[in-house]
Amino acid sequence: MPGFDFSNYNRNAALHARGVPLPKATSTGTTIVGCIFDGGVVIAADTRATSGPIVADKNCEKLHYIAPQIWCAGAGTAADTEFTTALISSQLELHSLSTGRKPRVVTCMTLLKQHLFRYQGHIGAYLVVAGVDPTGTHLFTVHAHGSTDKLPYVTMGSGSLAAMSVFETQWKTHLTRDDAVKLCSEAIQAGIFNDLGSGSNVDVAVITADKTTLMRGYVKPNERSAKLKSYAFEKGTTAVLNEKIIRKQDLGNYVSVHELSTTEEGDKMEVDT
Amino acid sequence: MAAMFSQNPLMNGPNYSFNDAPKVNAPEGARQHRFDPYTDNGGSTLAIAGADFTIMAGDTRHTSGYSINSRYYPKVFKIGGTTADQHDANLVLSVVGFAADGEALKERLDAICKMYRYRHGKPMSVKACAQRLSTILYQKRFFPYYVYAILGGLDEEGKGAVYSYDPVGSYEREQCRAGGAAASLIMPFLDNQVNFKNQYVPGSGEGHALQERERKPLSRNEVEVLVKDAFDGAVERHIEVGDGLQMMVITKDGIEEILLPLKKD
Repeated sequence: MPGFDFSNYNRNAALHARGVPLPKATSTGTTIVGCIFDGGVVIAADTRATSGPIVADKNCEKLHYIAPQIWCAGAGTAADTEFTTALISSQLELHSLSTGRKPRVVTCMTLLKQHLFRYQGHIGAYLVVAGVDPTGTHLFTVHAHGSTDKLPYVTMGSGSLAAMSVFETQWKTHLTRDDAVKLCSEAIQAGIFNDLGSGSNVDVAVITADKTTLMRGYVKPNERSAKLKSYAFEKGTTAVLNEKIIRKQDLGNYVSVHELSTTEEGDKMEVDT
Repeated sequence: MAAMFSQNPLMNGPNYSFNDAPKVNAPEGARQHRFDPYTDNGGSTLAIAGADFTIMAGDTRHTSGYSINSRYYPKVFKIGGTTADQHDANLVLSVVGFAADGEALKERLDAICKMYRYRHGKPMSVKACAQRLSTILYQKRFFPYYVYAILGGLDEEGKGAVYSYDPVGSYEREQCRAGGAAASLIMPFLDNQVNFKNQYVPGSGEGHALQERERKPLSRNEVEVLVKDAFDGAVERHIEVGDGLQMMVITKDGIEEILLPLKKD
């Protein structure tokens, strides 16, 4: 069966009626923005993901791939923005293959709004859709209930007011690429510093007719300061009640082992030393 | 309370809804009147008692919902001096939770300490002030001061003293205590680094026979380092903590105030 699994609906409704609270979804209480310039479009996002007042991820990616020249910035429920953009990306790829044309931003926006409207806001995805296609440069916002806007500069998420205050004071027509990137970055930083739901770094994506440039960690204004002392424990500090040693060569008896090269790209996990 | 009714339009109401769930205890046409006099203004506090000093600390951010109301709004106060500048104060009170109640509680306790000084010609002891604070909080048992208070000073023997409270006056003298939004993040760190919980002497035995690491009082410098690292850690993972770190160091020579920057995102 395609689509969502509703088999726990009645049970959960009954549980909820008896006072069991709803599970808490990770929300990307977010600042995301987009801005058109002469020759393309820029979108940007902060990198904080929260669960209530707790920071769930200090460096998450909120810029999602749809097509080579179409990208999405997502706010709202993290899982919804990720799955919705992945689903529409897939549909758009198939559509592009069957028509033999490059995908269009309006097509993407239409698929998104129809999908979100069908679910009446229960899919909590708030998106900024941007891209360049054969018909030109486009920038949209799509709300979880299915409404859309087409504007030269847009902001969304909990930091949208902070970010919009930057656009409303500094935006002008016919921006250059560098000015647009700077403006978007400053709008995101307004969100990072003035909205508690937003924080950490600025990610930027620039889309032009010939290429897309993703700048992960374009600005990092919130690097953690060094700890004043080492918290390494002397070996043997933790009580060991019993131990069993499995040698590396015998690991294959318990699990299947695949050796990976260590040079693969991607963000390294943050580890304290 | 604000945390439950976020100002973020995305989070107003549950992320997905159970609108069709049957309503309980709501007869037709009944309307519930509400009075919400409390706000959670976030922030965190921390107090550690040493051999001959006490350090009280708190961040200086004041929030409601997803907004920052102020980046410098102190929650650690000198109490019981003869004048408004508190130059001869001997006690420090930290309050976190609902800032307006914190302010009111501070003013009230300060006035009481000043009256005591005037009447008896000597400053109030921490022990006496601690008991009085408990009484003040319990008097408002059914309309509480919505604050987690910590009182710090030096006891009659000159040793560091920390008294921590719940909003209705239950209190206890402790070696260290964290309060407020990031208390659950900071307290386990303190248990481990101040009281050496879950630390054993390497090679002192097998399994349950291992010897626990012996507790010894920390130096002033060690405690200052722990406080800064505790808050840096809390700022990383709690959105309501940040901007500035205010520290009060109470010694026999008086109270020293230290202000350090914290991350502002």
